[in-house]
Amino acid sequence: MMNFITPLLQRTLYAVLLLIAVLVLNFSMMHLAPGDVADTISQSMGGADAETMDQIRRDYGLDQPFFIQLAKYVGNVLTFDLGYSFFYNQPVTTLIAEKLPATLLLVITSQLLALVVGVLLGVYSARNPNGIASHFVTFFALFGYAAPVFWTGILLLIAFSLKIPLFPVAGMSDVTISGGFFAKALDIARHMVLPVITLSSIFLALYSRLCRASMMEVLGSDYIRTAKAKGLSEREIVMKHALKNSLSPVVTLAGLQFSAVISGAVLVETVFSWPGLGTLALQSILARDTPTILGILFFSALVVIVGNLLTDLVLRLIDPRLRGKT
Amino acid sequence: MKSILKSLVVATALVSVVASAALAADEPKKGGTLISVLFQTPRHLNPAVQSGVVTGAPGAQLFAAPLRYDEDWTPQPYLAESWETSDDGLSVTLKLVKNATFHDGKPITSEDVAFSVKTIQENHPFKSMFAPVTAVETPDAHTAVLKLSQPHPALMLAMSSQLMPIIPKHVYGDGQDPKAHPQNSENVVGSGPFKLTEFKRDEHVILERYDGFFIEGRPYLDKIVMRIIKDQSAASIGLENGELHMATFVNTVRNINRLKKVDNLTVTPDGYAAIGALDWLAFNTVEGPTADPKVRQAIAYAVDKNFIMKAIMLGTADEAKTGIHPGSPLYNADVNGYDLDLEKANALLDEAGLKKDGDGTRFGLTIDFGWPSMKPQAEYIKAALKKVGIDVSVRASADFPTWAKRVGGHDFQMTMDTVFNWGDPAIGVHRTYQSSNIKKGVIWSNTQQYKNAKVDELLEAAGKEADADKRKALYAEFQKITSEELPVYWLNTLPYHTVYSDKVGNPPLGIWASSSPMDRTFLK
Repeated sequence: MMNFITPLLQRTLYAVLLLIAVLVLNFSMMHLAPGDVADTISQSMGGADAETMDQIRRDYGLDQPFFIQLAKYVGNVLTFDLGYSFFYNQPVTTLIAEKLPATLLLVITSQLLALVVGVLLGVYSARNPNGIASHFVTFFALFGYAAPVFWTGILLLIAFSLKIPLFPVAGMSDVTISGGFFAKALDIARHMVLPVITLSSIFLALYSRLCRASMMEVLGSDYIRTAKAKGLSEREIVMKHALKNSLSPVVTLAGLQFSAVISGAVLVETVFSWPGLGTLALQSILARDTPTILGILFFSALVVIVGNLLTDLVLRLIDPRLRGKT
Repeated sequence: MKSILKSLVVATALVSVVASAALAADEPKKGGTLISVLFQTPRHLNPAVQSGVVTGAPGAQLFAAPLRYDEDWTPQPYLAESWETSDDGLSVTLKLVKNATFHDGKPITSEDVAFSVKTIQENHPFKSMFAPVTAVETPDAHTAVLKLSQPHPALMLAMSSQLMPIIPKHVYGDGQDPKAHPQNSENVVGSGPFKLTEFKRDEHVILERYDGFFIEGRPYLDKIVMRIIKDQSAASIGLENGELHMATFVNTVRNINRLKKVDNLTVTPDGYAAIGALDWLAFNTVEGPTADPKVRQAIAYAVDKNFIMKAIMLGTADEAKTGIHPGSPLYNADVNGYDLDLEKANALLDEAGLKKDGDGTRFGLTIDFGWPSMKPQAEYIKAALKKVGIDVSVRASADFPTWAKRVGGHDFQMTMDTVFNWGDPAIGVHRTYQSSNIKKGVIWSNTQQYKNAKVDELLEAAGKEADADKRKALYAEFQKITSEELPVYWLNTLPYHTVYSDKVGNPPLGIWASSSPMDRTFLK
């Protein structure tokens, strides 16, 4: 058990150091860009005079020297205070907490969908690598991967909101629907269908291709031949012996994709007006709302690091060979 | 004969049936939920301390103003049942309606008018709107007298919902900073036809009918849901499949043209004259080759507006020849529009002493653009000016603040820009041309650094000219001079359109579009 925990502690320490580095780097990069929030506030006002702009800069402490601003910011974050959004006049933590559930719902559902469907397709096409169905899966997966998400999204909207009006165009819920928990859950599910399909289309390709490749490799190995010689059924061989061993690259990839999922969510959320972190990120970037951008970046870094730690843990659980390694 | 008579009777009966059916459909009906769309999230919902049409749309429903406007530019009574300007033009007396109440039931009084004016003066970015107002006197609860240091005709347009919402003193006068007041986004206590149910950022603003509204029987709608959808293509699909009833400020030309073909939708450019958004090419009039008016004129002759309007705006925008929106009664169409003329352009450049070198190039220029959507215009201008020997390089900006920093800091030669008139020229037009408004670091000030004593004088005089005809003449001359000196070359109106379904009656098509009260809007 010891050799399970020590590497984990070590990794956690690295993770904290990495987070601080990310923080300083993000903050410095944001300050390299010309212009600031006073410009965007005056844009949203249709123009402001010099005094108003100075007032805005004073209000938000933007007139202070860079290092003082940086030191203040890092200090605040270390005490779990992500600051105050210039644009929304709200604490950044509140904004993120408000938007996080919607993004998690979208991202986790699409990841699970992509994983399950991807693995199933991968296994299926690995067993008949030259069949027509296998080629079809490959084509379909690559198409989903290559097409820009926002394009896929708009196409799905045209197909399933306009031509065949099955699903709503935007948002997460229909405000005119009243009813109990069940009616609301059903409504959210209806709104989720298209964004989830869009977001999972990218990852489906990755998982199915990877699963197919590693499955084919495993199916060709000696112990599978032994299992066949023992007279086990095809089904048992694939499900019990091959699948478990071919999953570990897929799990590694899934962990690494955590970051990609958040960046993919920005586009999908914008197309479908999904009220999540992605929409917030885009809005705050356009408004140069530095505290919110930094807050989201910090949070994303946190998610990626925690995701990696978890992946590590899961890998060690499913593959005993890894347990002693750091 | 008999049969003719008979068919005539039948025809008459038919006509009257059809007519009454049509009448019934146009008769305002009470109830229903209108679903419209905002393309951005408002920072908050209080237009007294936040300008912009995204706050204006919900703001005009939440708060009433002294006056309102429909399609023509004549003020109409709203919170003020009558108003009177003194002969010397130095005081404007508003008589408020007696039965008006805020959404918390407290009466709307002249104190609130005085408080609103003061709050706007102190916090609103458009300082020129109420700059001449020295005091607001309140002789009784329903009379407010605005005292002016000079006649100020712009006040009439400034007293509409977008610019002068009446906010309750007993709520917003509690000593907190009005710009960051918590009740700007929740528990808003308004004075308008609708009260706030819920504002969820990036999701929706939900408004419901205020039963105590001071106009009997209004508003007609029970609810307005303004959904926040940032992608205009997605919103267009929503309009097509009926999920949305109405969208205002649609400006993506391909969506506009696509929606025009949909049967049960009406697409109209009406209603954007007061907001008055213009696309233009601005010049640095102090440094570089564009400091010479001849060069600016040559550029104007070499750029084909018709190409921009037809090929880039796809026929959705109108030509703009001056800094005043063509929909305004003060617009002067009788000026040089600089129709394409390469010969004149070349001649002017020769005259300016900028001869072509061996490979046909005269000089180089840069062009900036503030929004990604304006890149096609910038690229087109580069191609157009190559024909007269000007080598233009397009300078992209990473985002709006980057561009604003450059242009506000006068670090540009030419830039594409979009600027709003905001009702009266004194509010949104003067700022671009007055030499007193050359303010480094401030975007949408006189960033061209244009200086002309005559123009300064004309604008100063027009700003305080009470006589409508004289005022019009002053602005006509201003437009004439600037169109010759061209500190900016005006191209076209921004193609703002309102899209609404056949179910919507009385959509907001007045000069302030959706920044006007929708108490008369109904669902058929």
